[in-house]
Amino acid sequence: MAARPRPGDPLDPDAAISVRGLVKRYGDFTAVDGLDLDIRRGEIFALLGPNGAGKTTTVEICEGYRARDAGEVRVLGEDPAVGSRAWKARLGIVLQSGSGDSQLTVRELVGAQASYYADPRDADEVLELVGLTEKAGVRAKLLSGGQRRRLDVALGIVGRPTLLFLDEPTTGFDPEARRQFWSLIRSLRDLGTTMLLTTHYLDEAEALADRVGVIAGGRLVEVAVPSALGGRETAPAVVTWTEDGARRTEATATPTAFVAELAARFPGEVPDLAVARPTLEDVYLRMIGDDR
Amino acid sequence: MTATRETTQLPSLPSVYRSRSSVELKEFFRQRESVVFTLLLPVLLLVVFGAVLNFDLRDGVSFTQYFMAGIIAAGILGASFQNMAISIATERSDGTLKHLAGTPMPPSAYFVGKMVQVLAVTLISVVVLLLVGVVFYGIDLPTGTDWLTFTWVAGLGAAACTLLGIAISSIAKNGRSASATVTPFALLLQFISGIFFQFSEIPTWMQTFAALFPLKWMAQGLRSVFLPDALAADEPTGSWELGRVALVLGIWCVLGLVLCVRTFRWQDR
Repeated sequence: MAARPRPGDPLDPDAAISVRGLVKRYGDFTAVDGLDLDIRRGEIFALLGPNGAGKTTTVEICEGYRARDAGEVRVLGEDPAVGSRAWKARLGIVLQSGSGDSQLTVRELVGAQASYYADPRDADEVLELVGLTEKAGVRAKLLSGGQRRRLDVALGIVGRPTLLFLDEPTTGFDPEARRQFWSLIRSLRDLGTTMLLTTHYLDEAEALADRVGVIAGGRLVEVAVPSALGGRETAPAVVTWTEDGARRTEATATPTAFVAELAARFPGEVPDLAVARPTLEDVYLRMIGDDR
Repeated sequence: MTATRETTQLPSLPSVYRSRSSVELKEFFRQRESVVFTLLLPVLLLVVFGAVLNFDLRDGVSFTQYFMAGIIAAGILGASFQNMAISIATERSDGTLKHLAGTPMPPSAYFVGKMVQVLAVTLISVVVLLLVGVVFYGIDLPTGTDWLTFTWVAGLGAAACTLLGIAISSIAKNGRSASATVTPFALLLQFISGIFFQFSEIPTWMQTFAALFPLKWMAQGLRSVFLPDALAADEPTGSWELGRVALVLGIWCVLGLVLCVRTFRWQDR
């Protein structure tokens, strides 16, 4: 399932993003150290990793903001280092650093952004999508942090992008705003938009991503569907219960059989019974821990 | 909501230029600080100086008539050099420029928008200063071909100062540090370039330093418009030196353009 390019494989011409042997150095520090990655058209790919792991550097090389020191990169068939205006028109970019301050109103800003594209979405339609309709006439400077971030997303999607980059898009959102954002991302996916998402929120990656890549020390440590990351689906389950006044735990590959056994030992309910698989957070922390 | 499509026909340059110009005009005129600082301050200075320093230079020419040329030059400096240096440094540090670089907006559209902003602010500044000068202090307006001189001196000066402002913005870390560097520098230049004091009363070495920069030449060119030709005798060489005004401002335009092309960055380092 999680086909992953190996070093030396040719670029995938059908992929939305195809990266081979990517290297980026800042002085003595190697931020990206031989990264290989294919992102298929139409998928949501989440890039996870600790701060300084190379997430933003990788994304900004794909967006055309940074020059690479080695490797091959194709984004929608073009080399981002020499991306044309027509190429940029097919991208939507939500930067980690936002889109700047402005005296313009929310609607004016979205309208101005729309004027750079051939076939933009209607500004009011976009504001409705990101939930900023009520703020349309408010100057961008006066928005709260979460509203400001939704405006960044509005600016990212108004050009009707084929490929949308979202670099930590939900930082500063309250839980409700995050859920609304997730449903926006899903509706964009239903329209066929490819998305590369970086995030610190593992629940976000699990809820949205078709595939997850974990980046640590400038390399992709693993690429998998969220449920299978780090061998999660086949990892032993942990069964816990209380017996003779003590908390007991058992790691088992066959939790169903084990629970049936337990059920036979107790007259009624098994006290405090719980069965758990490692969470995405457990495997993620283990993976980036391995690298340190 | 409609599906994702891939189209090829990008918007025409003029339409993006219009859109950017409208953005830049709104950005300037909605920001109270920039309007007060850039447009209102020269007017207040004209009102105060005109009221306090109401003496005659000679031949019945008032200091205010002399100051009129200087304050217009200072107004142009504020609308172009200071405005560009501070606003572009701000836009670079707050991420506006980086965001724009990630869109299909043609880079030329950004600079066209800035030019339109400078042009509009300069025009308003000049008109308001002239109006206040005529209404409150009975300034004699230029006549005939003097308007032609006025236009090219102001235009060439604004162009040179705009390019220099854009170039300087790349050195500053952010808008606040740009303001902290550029504002005292502009003020200093104004003191030694014949704006607040008669240029002939400034020590020669300061005159020489001032002559390296565009403001002195802008003010001198504008004096040729506002003052009778007899007063050219007070200038360093005894004439208005309009040819040299054009030459120095032209050199600064070329130098400013080269600096802009070589130093302009769309993102923070």
